[in-house]
Amino acid sequence: MKQFDTTDLPVKPRIKKLIADLFEKLPEIEADRAVLLTQSYKQTENLPIIKRRALAFYNICENIPITIRDMELVVGSATKAPRGCQVFPEYSYEWLEAEFDTVEKREADPFYISEETKAKLKEVYPYWKNKTTSELATAYMAPEARLAIEHNMFTPGNYFYNGIGHFTVDYGKIIKIGYRGLMEETAAELSKLNIFDADYIRRKEFLESVIICCDAATIYAKRYAALAKDMADSCPDPERKAELLTISKNCKKAPEYGATSFYEACQCFWFIQMLLQVESSGHSISPGRFDQYMYPYYKADMDKGILTREFAQELTDCIWVKLNDLNKCRDAASAEGFAGYSLFQNLCAGGQTEDGLDATNDMSFICIQASMHTRLPAPSFSVRVWNGTPNIFMIKCAELTRTGIGLPAYYNDEVIIPALMSRGATLQEARGYNIIGCVEPQVPHKTDGWHDAAFFNMCRPLELVFSNGMDKGVQVGLKTGDVTKFNTFDQFLNAYKLQMQYFIQLLVNADNAIDCAHADRCPLPFQSAMIDDCITKGKSLQEGGAKYNFTGPQGFGIANVADSLYAIKTLVYDEKKVTISQYKDALMNNFGKGYTKKAISNMLKEAAEHLSAQGKPVTKEILNDMFEALRDNTLCTDAEKAAYDKLLSLIDDVPKYGNDIEEVDMFARNSAYIYTRELEKYKNPRGGMYQAGLYPVSANVPLGEQTGATPDGRLANTPVADGVGPFSGKDKFGPTAATNSVSVLDHAIASNGTLYNQKFHPSALAGLSGLQSFADYIRAYFDRKGMHMQFNVVSRETLLDAQAHPDQYKSLVVRVAGYSALFTTLSKSLQDDIINRTEQTFGM
Amino acid sequence: MHNILETKGRIFDIQRYSIHDGPGIRTIVFLKGCALRCRWCCNPESQSFEPQNMFFGGKNELVGEDVTVGEVLKTVQKDIFYYRRSGGGVTLSGGEAMLQPDFANDLLEACHMAGINTCIETTGIAKWEVIERFLGNLDYVLMDIKHMNNEKHLEYTKQPNTKIIEHAIKIAAAGADLTIRTPVIPGFNDNVEDIEDIAKFVKLLPGEHHLHLLPYHRLGEDKYAGLNRDYFYKGIPPMDTERMKVLLDAAKRVGIEAQIGG
Repeated sequence: MKQFDTTDLPVKPRIKKLIADLFEKLPEIEADRAVLLTQSYKQTENLPIIKRRALAFYNICENIPITIRDMELVVGSATKAPRGCQVFPEYSYEWLEAEFDTVEKREADPFYISEETKAKLKEVYPYWKNKTTSELATAYMAPEARLAIEHNMFTPGNYFYNGIGHFTVDYGKIIKIGYRGLMEETAAELSKLNIFDADYIRRKEFLESVIICCDAATIYAKRYAALAKDMADSCPDPERKAELLTISKNCKKAPEYGATSFYEACQCFWFIQMLLQVESSGHSISPGRFDQYMYPYYKADMDKGILTREFAQELTDCIWVKLNDLNKCRDAASAEGFAGYSLFQNLCAGGQTEDGLDATNDMSFICIQASMHTRLPAPSFSVRVWNGTPNIFMIKCAELTRTGIGLPAYYNDEVIIPALMSRGATLQEARGYNIIGCVEPQVPHKTDGWHDAAFFNMCRPLELVFSNGMDKGVQVGLKTGDVTKFNTFDQFLNAYKLQMQYFIQLLVNADNAIDCAHADRCPLPFQSAMIDDCITKGKSLQEGGAKYNFTGPQGFGIANVADSLYAIKTLVYDEKKVTISQYKDALMNNFGKGYTKKAISNMLKEAAEHLSAQGKPVTKEILNDMFEALRDNTLCTDAEKAAYDKLLSLIDDVPKYGNDIEEVDMFARNSAYIYTRELEKYKNPRGGMYQAGLYPVSANVPLGEQTGATPDGRLANTPVADGVGPFSGKDKFGPTAATNSVSVLDHAIASNGTLYNQKFHPSALAGLSGLQSFADYIRAYFDRKGMHMQFNVVSRETLLDAQAHPDQYKSLVVRVAGYSALFTTLSKSLQDDIINRTEQTFGM
Repeated sequence: MHNILETKGRIFDIQRYSIHDGPGIRTIVFLKGCALRCRWCCNPESQSFEPQNMFFGGKNELVGEDVTVGEVLKTVQKDIFYYRRSGGGVTLSGGEAMLQPDFANDLLEACHMAGINTCIETTGIAKWEVIERFLGNLDYVLMDIKHMNNEKHLEYTKQPNTKIIEHAIKIAAAGADLTIRTPVIPGFNDNVEDIEDIAKFVKLLPGEHHLHLLPYHRLGEDKYAGLNRDYFYKGIPPMDTERMKVLLDAAKRVGIEAQIGG
């Protein structure tokens, strides 16, 4: 059995200072990249697009302002201001221009933007008119698909507005051979070409572009070497001066020639990671198995006696902080779906080696400790668990979970490895997998996964079954027939399947249109240089250069769809307690309940537009009347409201997903197949297949706002279910029952990832025995072929919120010695007891 | 021969993912009916053998359900993956589970046959012949010793402690894996002398046994209201953490393994 050094190390004051400096101000938007990009583009109009991209990258690396922040040991900042972001007009720009004056005040992820920056951006924006990927994608897209997007059936907004991201490059290789090594490899490939080859021209252009990019990265690093040297020369503090000189040395050598020490490897890693995010605006550029490719440098230095564990920890902590220095400004709607300024730079520890041995090493523990020390959103820290994972690793992970920061996320090798093999990976490749972005597994530096291709709201096609494909007076979906004439559940289910199939086909059209637009307008030579087989194939990732190509749009709302279908089957067709017409009527009237304020304001806006379009007056009185009618739903009579309440109570009594009831859980499994199996039939333009994910990130809230009432009793414009978990408040038998239900889903077929959130009270993780039970609990879920699990350990704040909003926390179980209870059923004074106890049990 | 899966009994709750009542992750089956009437009892609905109405969690519920061993086993088996990983299993609690000996024994035997580890939380009040029958079906025994003073015990639980103490010795002598638990109750036994007495008793038991001190909490209070009963400890705050540490130290000084909580 391997032994690890797992003693806790204290956090250094430097790290605390770096974090404090980082979060001092609102993040800021900067214009330098956009200006340099545009400047280069204007001079290269006659060149092939791949070379234009390379030359633009070169121009940026050579001229973008650089900065070394106070006390940093690992340097390289994409912006002058901490946590700032650059702008990427080649993808889209209109939204930012429209939000210039609101982006600072918006609720989700606000950014400061100076008047000077606005002016600079306004100057370059006209150049980009009709040149962006989003404009081309719109032109490529079928009108039906555009209509479906307008009606929020699915939202491919992520890649429509931004770069793709969602990949892991070969960090280990670049750290080892440097950009010069990569350049030589590319030059060798170039020399193999014959000028008479059919694809000579494209290959040559691509390979030359790669060389330009390698050169650019080296130049960028050397600028930092020079800056560090200058700063050292004028530094009065001898200690900092020495640090700056080391930094200078690291920057001068490592990125170009490769690293020979752990510290150099850290610096090298960082330049790769940050420059990838200067080249394109894609998010989820994931460092992957950091503990694996960094360990050889750690081990060698430790063996030589030139590195201490303390310093390795401090450097790793510095990288963790730097990952939070990168930022991205999204459009207001996307910002809500990806709330929290997150770039989803997923970093992985543990698991197996490609040979199937346990991969846990001392760096794995340093990674856990770094997340403990920094307690920041980045990196999205993941751990791989397999049957051979050491218990001490699980215990340390559980300790991190107990801090309440929601990390790490736990992944099951025993499901993911076969799932990837079912998609064509070799056994060795599959064992080497890492996680991209939120929860998406893939073979590192060989995959262009397009993992976050769209959100597909599975509840919306269900709505359209009731309206015969109509949405807001427009035929958006198929005409599947008058729902009130369906005499059997099979007829109903079939209509749902047809609507689903139709929208999946439109989704494929939309994603493929965006895919083509990226290949045509934004191929990315720098990232392609570090992903197999782009160099040997002689083409970029965007043109299908990767060994494995996928498109992975994620469906969400499984719990609502399963509960809805099961309720309709039970109440309408089996027990005949209500007619389908009554059901339809209740849904159209939101079960007689009023609407949310936000929903009403949207409805009024639409109504006002309708009225004025018809030339009718829009007065304050009319709007006010409408507002009140909608809020109180006065359009329904009391008798109707009573009937709706009765229906809601009938629905409430129908068994729900999440309670370990086999029949219902099988319904959920089959509901998920309606999405996952259909999607597998389609192909993308890079020669790969579609594969489903089942998770909404945080989009279940904003997209739930666009969703009408559903037959499971969920009211209009409220959030839909989170991940693959039960609908909020519907699971009533504790964590094992809910988890058993979730494990009934076929996780392996959702090879783009599934996401399962659970809430725990800290008392459940108190003491070593609490940590052990928690670790065992995860292992048992994984024995049952669950794929992913992450935890909110509820804080005192959450409990206070639960006290204020009991409806949203119906299933929150609190456990105290020898007794457990649903928190919201306890009296106020007892709740207070538990709230006060939370803090105490936390550190036990 | 009778089919043990069909034996009937009366339960009032099944609680899954319990991590404080025996080793690992466990499912607790609460059997209805008790011979003691502890003033602090946090499950007052467990005391009567008869089904009764309780207003709890905003609803009027009938507490007490007649079930077969097979039905209970079906629920207990659902978490078998968690037991295997954690060394957990089933724990019978109550009320006093040994007061439904046929049902409880058959349930334990059925669990054993399904490969599930078994445990009981008991007051030790049943007849020795009954307790002896159980021992063969139990992997682990959690038994309460609430007070060494008979009068005090009688006053606060309505039962003397003489048989209970005798049974603890016999259970230990029979070689059972036994842990003694003591609810620490304000004004009853929350003083160093009383805890020391219990600890000394644990030390004298044949074999090595641990002592768990369970601090008084008032999470049962709402249930008393739901049953239209007065709550003896109304307004009394839960045990102070510092005070518990003092008592724990006292127990440890006697020379036994002790801990706070289960």
